[in-house]
Amino acid sequence: MLLGRTANGLYWMNRYIERAENMARLVDAGLRMALTRTQNASEEWNSVLLSAGSDVAFTQKYQDYTAANVADFLLRDTSNPSSTMASIETARNNARMVRTALTRETWESINEAWMALKRMLARPIDERDLPSVLDAIKRETALIRGSFYGTMLRNEIFEFSQLGTYVERADNTARILDVKYYVLLPSISWVGSSLDNYQWESILRSVSAHRSYRWVYDADYKPTNIADYLILNVRMPRSLTFCYRFLAEHLKFLGDDYGERHACHATAEKTQAMLRGGSIKDIFDAGLHEFLAGFIRDNTRLGDEIAQDYRFY
Amino acid sequence: MAAFDEMLPEVSGLRRPYTAYDRWLKEQDPARLTEKMQDAERVFRKTGITFAVYGEQEASERLIPFDIVPRIISGQEWRRLTQGIEQRVQALNAFLDDIYHRQEILRAGRVPRDLVARNEAFLPEMIGVRPPAGVYTHIIGVDIVRISEDEFYVLEDNARTPSGVSYMLENRETMMQLFPELFQKIKVRPVENYPQLLRQSLAAVRPQGTKGAPTIAVLTPGSYNSAYFEHAFLADQMGVQLVEGQDLRVVDGHVAMRTTEGYKQIDVLYRRVDDAFLDPLTFRPDSALGVPGIMDVYRAGNITIANAPGTGIADDKAIYSYMPEIVEFYTGRKAILGNIPTWRCSEPDSLKYVLEHIHELVIKEVHGSGGYGMLVGPAATKKECEAFAKKLQAKPSNYIAQPTLALSTCPILTEKGLAPRHVDLRPYVLVSDRIQLVPGGLTRVALKEGSLVVNSSQGGGTKDTWVLDD
Repeated sequence: MLLGRTANGLYWMNRYIERAENMARLVDAGLRMALTRTQNASEEWNSVLLSAGSDVAFTQKYQDYTAANVADFLLRDTSNPSSTMASIETARNNARMVRTALTRETWESINEAWMALKRMLARPIDERDLPSVLDAIKRETALIRGSFYGTMLRNEIFEFSQLGTYVERADNTARILDVKYYVLLPSISWVGSSLDNYQWESILRSVSAHRSYRWVYDADYKPTNIADYLILNVRMPRSLTFCYRFLAEHLKFLGDDYGERHACHATAEKTQAMLRGGSIKDIFDAGLHEFLAGFIRDNTRLGDEIAQDYRFY
Repeated sequence: MAAFDEMLPEVSGLRRPYTAYDRWLKEQDPARLTEKMQDAERVFRKTGITFAVYGEQEASERLIPFDIVPRIISGQEWRRLTQGIEQRVQALNAFLDDIYHRQEILRAGRVPRDLVARNEAFLPEMIGVRPPAGVYTHIIGVDIVRISEDEFYVLEDNARTPSGVSYMLENRETMMQLFPELFQKIKVRPVENYPQLLRQSLAAVRPQGTKGAPTIAVLTPGSYNSAYFEHAFLADQMGVQLVEGQDLRVVDGHVAMRTTEGYKQIDVLYRRVDDAFLDPLTFRPDSALGVPGIMDVYRAGNITIANAPGTGIADDKAIYSYMPEIVEFYTGRKAILGNIPTWRCSEPDSLKYVLEHIHELVIKEVHGSGGYGMLVGPAATKKECEAFAKKLQAKPSNYIAQPTLALSTCPILTEKGLAPRHVDLRPYVLVSDRIQLVPGGLTRVALKEGSLVVNSSQGGGTKDTWVLDD
């Protein structure tokens, strides 16, 4: 038996942990682009902000798209509710609220991550320290994930946590692709300029897939392969298909446990079937941007339905 | 005023309960002890054992300082305390039952009628209501002070929602982590079964009509409450749900919680929400922390609320001064544990005395708690005393006064080695069809030299409390 409010807390705790890490990854990718392509740095930072969904809020506060400003806004700034610091803080508040549902190890790893990041992000980050700060953020979230997977009982508490993780992750990956979809379009791809190569690498880097890509495909970056990897690959842990495989699975466990199916089950299964049966050619033919926009919309709806069906409020 | 030191009194030398510990302590490297002290702080911060301080924005989560020198009580001393506490707790429940029914103690003139009738802590809504199993106050914290080898006094009773028991448990846990070898050398009676006892105790007072095992929940005001850590801790340790008002509503004459599978009935609610916020339909209408209609369910006998609403009338500071009479009235025996002599400022003679001796006395608000709104005469400046005297004269019935007692001291570890500090003791008592105490309690210690205020909100710390198995 689980309180609706507790399920809600678990769900959002995990969404925010995922988000905290994602911000670090996006800044990491932006930093790499800015270092290698100094001319287009501000454009790159702009697309980083777009992927983070924080572009509008950023421009209200800053004029220039510089590494220092963007890193500050996406990592430290608690007035930005999606920044790493704000996300970790929200995750911890949720964890505090659902503390009785978590193992001691899981709670402590979240609490320690919060303490460590609060210390580390207390002052503006010196640009020289940025790489080590980004590493530290990824390490802290990895520790949380490790203690979570290592100690949590696989029951409804686990399922609701995982739903949060995968809804957030699917949203992140889809947004990253959507911001950069134009560099993946065939009309540009055959130009094959070195700029495109950087762009493609940047996409892969922002989902930490720039190395694993080469294990799966050839060493060359091809836009269709990149899109295929991030959308349809079943084994790539941040691909849309991967996320939906687990979303459908965890929802099925819940449905079997409770002996009750809801609207969210149908929605998740529909999206999963669409991804499983899809080919990257079809997706490009129908329009990559249209596909992604539709996916983001459906994914948001799934989140709303889960909240509704399991009485989060 | 020389205080009695529980480890090393000036007159008689090292006291027997401390001999084994003292031997161990003398073998320790002081630098290592200092390290252990820092370890302890890290443990507490890591596990998030913090409390919130109202009105402090900056340090919204603070640790209660923990001292690594245990406070040690012999088995014999504990047996005597236990008898006194059990007697007192029995009397408290009998008093509550009487006050909400026949009011015989008022008829007998042993407690003034006005003191009860005009008391805010007295809830007319509880008149004639008999809680499940007849228990009013299920969880009680009795604050005890010591002033010499043989003199123990009750400083106050906490019959509403006494807090701090999680510190008793975590302090022991921390000590066992820091000094495992000590617990092999010295036989200390365990306290860690408190959550199980609490759960059994709550289950035993379930409503009569409960089918099967009762569903128990802890009601918290929420994660921003200063004692939230404790609420979560207890729910977790008992293996019951931690609920907020927003999770609950009345469904078919029962209180139910909203779960992922719909509403589920609750039979026993261990609430850590004050009376006033419990039911907006009965008490404060603006409360969002309670459950609308829970009092109707309660009156119908369909839920146990622990502690029962209205128990505050038993631990009110004005009632406190009548406790010796109350104990005798209901148990037929003299109180084993005495009260501290108390002047009721509502009585003209007492008020006169208090005003004349304000520099020697501790003056407390009748309804205050947490060390707020009190004056410690000997520690106050002349100006502070004068200002307080004005408040006192304006509303005498709002205050009681007590002599400044030389509370016993226990050593704490400071940078300069061991140093004596004043302590008190809060054992926790569970009442169901029986009365149970775990051997130990929360020792609070005033960390400032000479200070008598042990409240955590006023710079107090805590110690592990050992009851020896001898």
